[in-house]
Formats: sequence, C-alpha cells, structure tokens
Amino acid sequence: MAQDDNGGHELTTANSSAVEHVRVGDPGTAVVPQDAVPNPGFPTHRPRITDLDPKKQRRAERVVYTLFYLSIVGSIWAIAAYMMFPIESSDPGSVRLNTLFIGLGIALALLAIGIGAVHWGKALMYEQEGIDLRHPVRASEDTIERAVEIFQEADQESGFSRRSVVRNSLIGALIAFPLPAIVLFRGLGPQNQDPVALLSHTMWKAGTRLTRDPEGTPIKAADVTLGSAFHVIPEGLNEAPDRLEEKAKAAVLLMRLKPADMFVSPARRTWNYDGIVAYSKICTHVGCPVALYEQQTHHLLCPCHQSQFDITHEAQVIFGPAKRPLPQLPITVDAEGYLVARSDFTEPVGPSFWERN
Amino acid sequence: MIALIAIGLSFTGGAYAAFNTSTASAAPAAASQQSVDQGKKLFMSNCATCHGLSASGTTNGPSLIGVGAAAVDFQVGTGRMPMAMNGPQAQQKPVQFTGSDITALADYVASLAPGPGIPNASLLDATQGNAANGGALFRTNCAMCHNVAGAGGALTEGKFAPALSGVSAQHIYEAMVTGPQNMPVFNDSNISPSGKRDIITYLTYIEKNPSPGGYALGDLGPVAEGLFIWIFGLGAIIALTVWITAKSN
Repeated sequence: MAQDDNGGHELTTANSSAVEHVRVGDPGTAVVPQDAVPNPGFPTHRPRITDLDPKKQRRAERVVYTLFYLSIVGSIWAIAAYMMFPIESSDPGSVRLNTLFIGLGIALALLAIGIGAVHWGKALMYEQEGIDLRHPVRASEDTIERAVEIFQEADQESGFSRRSVVRNSLIGALIAFPLPAIVLFRGLGPQNQDPVALLSHTMWKAGTRLTRDPEGTPIKAADVTLGSAFHVIPEGLNEAPDRLEEKAKAAVLLMRLKPADMFVSPARRTWNYDGIVAYSKICTHVGCPVALYEQQTHHLLCPCHQSQFDITHEAQVIFGPAKRPLPQLPITVDAEGYLVARSDFTEPVGPSFWERN
Repeated sequence: MIALIAIGLSFTGGAYAAFNTSTASAAPAAASQQSVDQGKKLFMSNCATCHGLSASGTTNGPSLIGVGAAAVDFQVGTGRMPMAMNGPQAQQKPVQFTGSDITALADYVASLAPGPGIPNASLLDATQGNAANGGALFRTNCAMCHNVAGAGGALTEGKFAPALSGVSAQHIYEAMVTGPQNMPVFNDSNISPSGKRDIITYLTYIEKNPSPGGYALGDLGPVAEGLFIWIFGLGAIIALTVWITAKSN
C-alpha cells in the first residue's frame, strides 16, 4: 500500500468538520489550501429509498441477482445458438441467423453483468459521500534516503558503473535490436526499382490493345457506339504476374461522344479516334475509381468525394476536391480495326505524390 | 423537310444496323401494320409535343429515330414516359398506358428505324444465367452508379441511379441495351446477351437471398450505417451515461 501522509485522515465524510488541511513537507509539493473553496451549497445528504424501506431494498437485491442470472442465460443461449443455427455454405441466410442469435446471447450476457453491477452500486452499496484528501507528492526524507541507498547498493552489487565494457555492450545490443525492422519494412517496398518511375508509368505502351474488363477481349472502334461506356484494361493484364497492382494504375474508361461536342486542344488532336476517348479511371484526388459517367451531360463523377470531370473538355475538373484533369490515354486503331494505345499516359495517373511535377 | 431528315436518318440508321448487326439485339417480332398505325395515333396525341410530329426530336425532347422498341418499352413501361414535368431526370411513376398501347407505341417507333428490339424471353431467364459471372460484370460496369448491391446511388445535380430491386428482367435488359437518360449504353459487343442474362441472374440472386451481415439498412453503405450508429449507438451510450451518473432514488 502506498505511503500516505495524511496523518491518519484516510477518509472523512463530507458532513463532518474533520476536513483539515495540514501543511506537510516541502512548500513546493505539499497541498497548501490557501485557495480552499467554501461549500458552494451542496444539497444535504438525502437517503435513498432502498435505505429507508427494507422492502425496496429486497426488491433491488432481487433485480440485481436476476440480472446476473439473465447473464448466465445469455451465455448458455449463445452456446445453444451456435449449435441450433449452424452456418451452411450454400445459404447466406444461415450466416445471418447464426451471427444474430449468438450476438444477442453474448450481448445479453455482457449487458446484464454491466447493468446489474451498476444497479448494485447505485441502489445497495454504501452511499455516504466522502472526501479523500490529497496527500503531498514528495516522499518523506527517510524514504528518499532509503531509495537512494537501494540504487547505490544495486549499482555496487551489479557493477553497472564499474564494469563499463559489459554495460556498454548491453547498450549497444539494445540499440542494434530494432535495426532489422528497417530492412523488413524496406522489403515491403519496390525492389531494385525507382518508386517514382513505377508511379509515373503504367502497362500501356504504343500498340497495346484496349480490352474489356474483366474478360480481356479486344474492342473494335465500331463496337463503341454513341453513348457507350466501356471499362477497359490493357491487353495481357489478366496474365500479368502483378495483375492488381498494374490494374490499379492502368484502368481506363472508354466513351464515345459526338466529335462536335468535344473541345480538343491542338496538342491532343490525334489522341481520340472519331469521338472515342479514353481517360484514366483513377481519380486525381485520392485515387478512387471514377466511373460514374453520365452519357447526356458527359460528366464523370467520383463517388468518394464528388469530384466532377467534364469529358467534353478533356476531363477538366468542374467540381470537387480534385486538382488536376484525369490523364487522357492517346488512342488510335490498328490495321484490324481494334483500338490501341498510341503511348503510355503522358503524365502520372492518380493522386499527387511528392516527386510529381 | 422534317420528313426528309427522318427518311435520311432512318436510311443511315438502317445502313448502320445492316453493317453492324451485333448491336441490334433480338430482332423485333414483325409488327402488324395495324399496331403501327395505332401506335402512331398514340404517339401523335401523347408524345409528339416534345419528340416532334415525326419523332425526330425538338428542343424539348430527343429524337426517337433508331432508339428501337426496347427504349419505348422501358421508358413507357416503367412510367418514366410520358414525363410529368421537367426535372433533372424522368422519374418512375405509375404506368400511364396499357400493355397493348405500349406495344403499339413500341411498334410505331421501331417502324421508323431499326434499333434494339424487345429481348427474347430466353435472354431474361434468371435460372439459366451464371450469377458469379454476372456479379463480376455488375461490379465492373454497373456497381459504381447502382451500388454493389443494386441499391442505387446519387449522381450530379439531382440525378440518380435508381435501385434495381423489383425491376423486371425485361426492363433491366432494355435499360442496358438502350442507355436511358444519363445511363451509358451497354451494347451487345460490350456486354454480350448472355452476359446481360448473367447480370439479371446476379440481381435476382441478391434480391432473393438475405444479406449475411444482418439487417442491410437499405444496402446504402457507410452513410446509412454511420447515421444508424450515430443516432442509436451514441444515443444508447448517452442514455447509459446519464443513468450511471444519476443519483439513485
């Protein structure tokens, strides 16, 4: 038990006049009650109904133990429900029943313990308000001396100061211990590759065919009728060893607009094919897939933070937190009429990173 | 003049359809001239105000040349057309025409120019599709707007993608083929007819099977779930706190 310098006043009741503040120890640490607040007018102590009426007391007692028994029932019910509502792999409804009834049992078991304990404390346990006086933080001189003595003894007995080689080698060992974490965490990143280059380039190359997501079948320009939206992955993505990483960068949305509806800047004159345009599906804000295409307004909406891109104006941001237009994939058709990329994206796709210009 | 344009448009539409047969799904059953005439009368009295006397569109409504019977069956069959009033998008409401009137209107619009027809019953049979493949196609092509559980979602400026529960297989198929309002077109070379049937199978499956995670709160995701836990979860915590700190009687 902690040493207490209250001079024996461990607990005193609020109504008694025994509350005295004794100046103990150093003025820097002791409680000096110069700012003691007078009683602001607390209501006088009011006995509870369970203190006055033994019938009510017995009733509260019954409520508390009934709650604890209910908790036992809940625990047993949870075990029974586990057996009564087994999960059958063919039926999602069985998962639902299983989770629901086990959950109800466990909830009853825990809630009944909690509510019972609180009710016990409020209605039956000793309820006189008391004051626990704060004691000085500083220990007595004897204790301090003894503590210093113990430390000195320990130092002498272990030789921690004397055997400096042993001590320093231990400190060295403790410093070296966390070092493997650096290697392990570095191993989570790209190996022997420049991460900036990895973020700046995707699977698209000149001549890569645009294929349907998820089948990976190539798309003819004639397939993309006015108002269509195709979800596109580069040819060969499904066979790529790091399919998901590549897809997260290379996903593209393909749309066909009337060429008259589109504003095309001189530098991008050759990037669309007869009104068929391809834009990165990765939002330039934080990288959600932007694919909510409205075929009449030609607005593309990101569902995460409501950025809107105007496809008629080269995916310019017209609303929301995105800062840059979606990167456009330059496309054309090959000799067989299939849509192919002219090159990779000319800028990094997706959200900002430090080295991005 | 308008008639000339209509002829020109129907000719180019026909040439296009002849060139690319894969986009016109399920050739419409030969419509009787009587039905077409009946449809024309209905069109003149109910649709021509916005879509024009020759269905070639006005400033108030788009051209219907080449939209096909599927578009008419979807728009009129779900009550979206005739539109009650201008707004961000035509909303579903009680169907305004009888089944035979809708067929007649569809026959009339289909007679103007070839377009997607009403799909064959074999393409709508949810028992024949592959729900797993349908789920993959749905997640790629549809889920971003209609929600992964088909519960619908918001678009820009008051537009929205409607919930898909309770929509008939035929209307789902027709919506994919025709791209009503702001929905993109998913023609048969984008999602094959059997792929469309797989999507219908997937939607039927999720509609018929309960969510394993318990009460789905409308399948709306974090907004509905967050609102629920903020109101009821925090409410319960506040109530318990008040009870614990209150003085006993």
